Amino acid sequence: VADKHKQVKSKYTADRNIPGAFEGETVTRRQLMNVSVNGAGAIAAAAFTLPALGFALGPLFSREPFQWQPIGAPSDFTKDTYVPRVVTIVPGLGEVGKSTAYVRVRDPTIDVEPADKYNQFIAISTRCMHLGCPVRFTPAAGRFICPCHGGVYDLRGVNTGGPPVRPLDRFYTRLNPTTQQVEIGPRYSVNSELRRFSARDPGQPLDGIGQYLYPKRFSTSVLPKD
Amino acid sequence: MPKLPVPPLPKVLMPKPARPGTGNGKPKPAEVAAEAGITVVDWIDERTSLSGGIRWMLFRKVPRGVNWAYTLGSATMFAFLSQAVTGVFLAMYYRPDASGGAYESIRYITDQAFLGQFVRGMHKWGSSVMVILIFLHMARTFFFGAYKYPRELTWIIGVVLLILTMMMALTGYLLPFDGRGYWATIVAVNIQGNPPFLGPYIADFFRGGPEFGATTLSRFYSIHMLLIPGLIAALIGLHLYLVAKLGITAPPWMKAEPVPVPDETEV
Repeated sequence: VADKHKQVKSKYTADRNIPGAFEGETVTRRQLMNVSVNGAGAIAAAAFTLPALGFALGPLFSREPFQWQPIGAPSDFTKDTYVPRVVTIVPGLGEVGKSTAYVRVRDPTIDVEPADKYNQFIAISTRCMHLGCPVRFTPAAGRFICPCHGGVYDLRGVNTGGPPVRPLDRFYTRLNPTTQQVEIGPRYSVNSELRRFSARDPGQPLDGIGQYLYPKRFSTSVLPKD
Repeated sequence: MPKLPVPPLPKVLMPKPARPGTGNGKPKPAEVAAEAGITVVDWIDERTSLSGGIRWMLFRKVPRGVNWAYTLGSATMFAFLSQAVTGVFLAMYYRPDASGGAYESIRYITDQAFLGQFVRGMHKWGSSVMVILIFLHMARTFFFGAYKYPRELTWIIGVVLLILTMMMALTGYLLPFDGRGYWATIVAVNIQGNPPFLGPYIADFFRGGPEFGATTLSRFYSIHMLLIPGLIAALIGLHLYLVAKLGITAPPWMKAEPVPVPDETEV
């Protein structure tokens, strides 16, 4: 129902008795100034806000390179126990950029996950999957134990007690055919069946719905296709 | 208010009225010097009219029964000011260098710099003081019911200030770059990664990448000394404006004054 009290306003400024109106003018000078001044202000603000924001968010989208580092000859490692090796996670940072990996030779009797050329040596990351404290391998118990909140992992690094939400992360390993050295690559994460996922942060489960709730990031290094 | 009678003064002490047509003449230099402060304030006030705002802010009516618990908010603000001042001067010596320089610069401040241990101690212990005071202030507001209409927005801004204060404490914990600060930050950033969908990216933002690196420390430093203090200062201003605008509440045990019954015959 049309409102009979509503007065239809002409779109021409001249018809609305606006002083100084031109013939056929529809936009008042006040409207034009409002739009242009506010628009110019918005463009000026965006010109420094957007680059600054992109600068701060840039590291989220910059992929870490996939790099190998030698950790010793194949004869240094056995099937029975873990050998600790210091690996560089972030180069050029000294102590802070380093972490420990526990390395052993793959044992088909206990390592039932499918074998490929990247897991002939099992390299376990010492970052606890609860909140990232450093875990330690206790040979007498055959377990990894976290000092912070009592997380416990078995010999394969699978979480068996305490708050951790998934097995310990692992590193890609390979035997370099030219130098005959065992080399260690970046970290990857595993779910309870030791299926590989791109590296996630501690505290993010990867079983069931977890792998969708905690999607992969744009910053973790990717295994080059070969 | 009736004018009070003038106390009886001996005639010599009575100020002599100026004789008609003589005026007071030009002020003597001593008189000009004595009034220099007033002159400067008048000069500024004539151009800014700030005195009205200051009078509005400071000479407010407060309800009967206010007590020491009402000073907790100001106490928190002074703790913040202390943090700001000591922080500015700590920044003159501190280096956010993750490969060892940060810890060394803190060691220099603590062991070598004149009064360094004192200023750093003020900043370190002052942070705990500020967190304790802000919680006490919040408890006072809650138990006195001072968050109710029309002061909800003041409460909301206060909660944001509480969160920002906690973020200050968290980001500052990393800066000495000792073992405790380092591992506490690892744990804190991993907790940030826990919200579904966005968590992994929030953690990446705080670290400046997928791993704790050189940029993490400078990021925390920038957030700690530039981003959050600016926000806190702005929000304290808004919080204080609302406090002055809305007035403060009486303690809950004070009885309301009986409202005078309007005289019907006068209407």
